[in-house]
Amino acid sequence: MASEYHSSGEYIKHHLQNLTYGQHADGTWGIASGAEEAAAMGFWAINVDSMLFSIGLGVLFLFFFRMAAKKATVGVPTGLQNFVEWVIEFINSTVRGSFSHQNALVAPLALTVFLWVFLMNMMDLIPVDWLPYAASMAGVPFLKVVPTTDPNVTFGMSLSIFFLVLYYSVKMKGAGGFFSELAFQPFPKFLFPVNLLLEGVGLIAKPISLALRLFGNMYAGEMIFILIALMYGGGWILAAFGGVLQWAWAVFHILIITLQAFIFMTLTIVYLDMAHAEHH
Amino acid sequence: MNFNATLIGQSITFILFVWFCMKFVWPPIMNALETRKKQIADGLAAGDRGKHELELAAKKAADKLRDAKAQAGEVIAQADKRAAQIIEEAKIAAKEEGERQLAAAQANIAQETNRARESLRDQVAALAVAGAEKILRREVNAQTHADLLGQLKAEL
Repeated sequence: MASEYHSSGEYIKHHLQNLTYGQHADGTWGIASGAEEAAAMGFWAINVDSMLFSIGLGVLFLFFFRMAAKKATVGVPTGLQNFVEWVIEFINSTVRGSFSHQNALVAPLALTVFLWVFLMNMMDLIPVDWLPYAASMAGVPFLKVVPTTDPNVTFGMSLSIFFLVLYYSVKMKGAGGFFSELAFQPFPKFLFPVNLLLEGVGLIAKPISLALRLFGNMYAGEMIFILIALMYGGGWILAAFGGVLQWAWAVFHILIITLQAFIFMTLTIVYLDMAHAEHH
Repeated sequence: MNFNATLIGQSITFILFVWFCMKFVWPPIMNALETRKKQIADGLAAGDRGKHELELAAKKAADKLRDAKAQAGEVIAQADKRAAQIIEEAKIAAKEEGERQLAAAQANIAQETNRARESLRDQVAALAVAGAEKILRREVNAQTHADLLGQLKAEL
């Protein structure tokens, strides 16, 4: 399919472009026709594909889990309930292992983070051309199917979690307690500007590293799929080799998407645990 | 990497999803899990209790059986003793009866002997008188010599 594009660079660019809706330079509202135009739209534009896929996947997850929750019985679980219980037991034991305080929010939060991120990552396993090609048939110029390759998505989650961390830090230790934790260690009190700088950077690094880790992994994985897909335009031998490579990378990617979802969830739990803890 | 309002949209979506999950998904399933866990624990405890009770009952049954055996043994021993006693008594009674019958028979015999002796004595006396009569003929009067004859009879 790469042959439809003028160059491989253009193909890659096209695949990495979100379907952005915003205000054009001339004042009208519409879909951006390229990366430059999307950037020119500024902050008040929205990536329609990221929103649609992420909301769709989240609703799918919540729909099935809600269905299981409604029919949850104490008796012998069957089918869906069995699977849901297995997932919930897994999340619950992970939360119990890393989170040592009482908070009814953390476990459901961890479940949502894990399954939502996992489902969004899983979109990566669909061959890169299928959905964008189908979309272009339907007249949609761009389609990025893996929401976690959009930094807006990963930062949206990590910043929400960051605000939760700030909220629980202040709630558990008080504003003064939280400040003293940032200012009066690891060095003695009179060095508090140094402490504040160190701890402040450490604090800010949490949401940024959380979001960038997931984004970077998924973006790189997607990029490799796109590069492999380029081989399909290079004759039969290269195409066959590309097929093998794509299969191998997809198998390996199953590990990566699960691992990234798990890491995102675990770090969320750990950050919240640190927010609850009185001392380091 | 260009940030736009998707960031805010994603945050809101995320918060809504977490809220929904916390409100409508997690609690019912967790409840079911906890209740089942409790039921299984209760069931296991009841099973243990049942096993314990069974052991107790088996012990009790063994005790009862032993008691019953001991009692039966006692009863048998008593019965044996009683039987021996009855036999002993019967033996004594039989012996006494035999002795009594023997005594009666001996008394009878003695009586008969006496009677035979009496009649013999009478007959001998009569014979003697008849003999003496024959010898003495008239000289001897039976009535006058009755004292003499009676004396003779007593000596015989």
